[in-house]
Amino acid sequence: MAFPVEDKHGFSVITLKGEVDLKNSPDARKVILNNLKKRRHVLVDLSGVEYIDSSGVASLVEGLQYARSNDLGFSLVGVSEAAMNVLRLARLDQVFRIYASLEDGLHGGG
Amino acid sequence: MSACVESAVGPVIEVEDLVACYGNQRILDRVSLTVRQGEIMVIMGGSGSGKSTLLRYLLGLRRPDSGAVRIFGKDIARLSSAEWRELRKKMGVSFQGGALFSSMTVGDNVCMPLREHTRLDEKTIRIMSRMKLEVVNLAGFEHLMPAQLSGGMIKRAALARAIVMDPSVLFFDEPSAGLDPVVAADLDRLILRIRDALRVSIVVVTHELESAFAIADRIALLDHGRILMVGSVDEVQRSDNQRVRNLLTRTSEEQVVDVEEYLCRLTEGVE
Repeated sequence: MAFPVEDKHGFSVITLKGEVDLKNSPDARKVILNNLKKRRHVLVDLSGVEYIDSSGVASLVEGLQYARSNDLGFSLVGVSEAAMNVLRLARLDQVFRIYASLEDGLHGGG
Repeated sequence: MSACVESAVGPVIEVEDLVACYGNQRILDRVSLTVRQGEIMVIMGGSGSGKSTLLRYLLGLRRPDSGAVRIFGKDIARLSSAEWRELRKKMGVSFQGGALFSSMTVGDNVCMPLREHTRLDEKTIRIMSRMKLEVVNLAGFEHLMPAQLSGGMIKRAALARAIVMDPSVLFFDEPSAGLDPVVAADLDRLILRIRDALRVSIVVVTHELESAFAIADRIALLDHGRILMVGSVDEVQRSDNQRVRNLLTRTSEEQVVDVEEYLCRLTEGVE
């Protein structure tokens, strides 16, 4: 599955949709890291995610770690309840910068 | 307790008229049971009731003498090896003794299913395993060997390994056995957190009443290889069935002596 990337106000907005699991999380990881390696600030829009498994969350963690090591912005927006439950289980809701909407994320500075 | 549901695709597990024998001994006698999506089903019974045997059949370790076990609608006795391998990826198991590989670190034990069943990047695998160690409060213990862990830590490491693939159904064999009450209660809370966060269906085999009442959505009581009753914690606790009462109050069954049979057992073949 290709995850769309849009350029908005200096951010790469990566939209993850549907089910993010073992089958497609390597694609999500690739698109996240590729954008960060281009020194882009990244917002990951999770509002269309129905399910995300640990491999998907691990890709987000790897993106966050890369961004922090390279002084880049990396935030999540529109985190669904299902995705938030998975983040909360490992206390990752306290690790990521999370915005309610894309609008908030763009104004919040990533 | 939970919002467990009969999903549109039916129950997660269906056991239908399962009969299991060891030699001439019938261990399970026409056992029927369903486990719904997102529920915690606790299978209880005294020693020799057949609960561990039932777990072996649910895990596909034995083939039924008659009857069927269906997981996600598939009769597990009729699956090809490839189909069974796919189904196993959706099943996590936490064995009574942990069953960790003693020659591997805790971290490698937890990573093992991912390395075996996926082609994920090694970085992703290590982050996933550390996330699960965080969930079970074993962060920072990944470099230890199983022999360096306490009983409670072994159970939690085994749980981390059981959930590392994000299974849809999780099996526990006697999760509280051998643990002190405080550690056992911690493990119960952890099981509930995992169910609530991941919406996973959980089957727990135990003889620990306190633990069963703390976590179960429904309890199946096994007695001499038969299902005595299936019901909510409340229904089980209020049951006026004498066998159920005996199991709950840990009263041993008074054996009725059949004089003829008893004498026969003592004297058969004796000149």
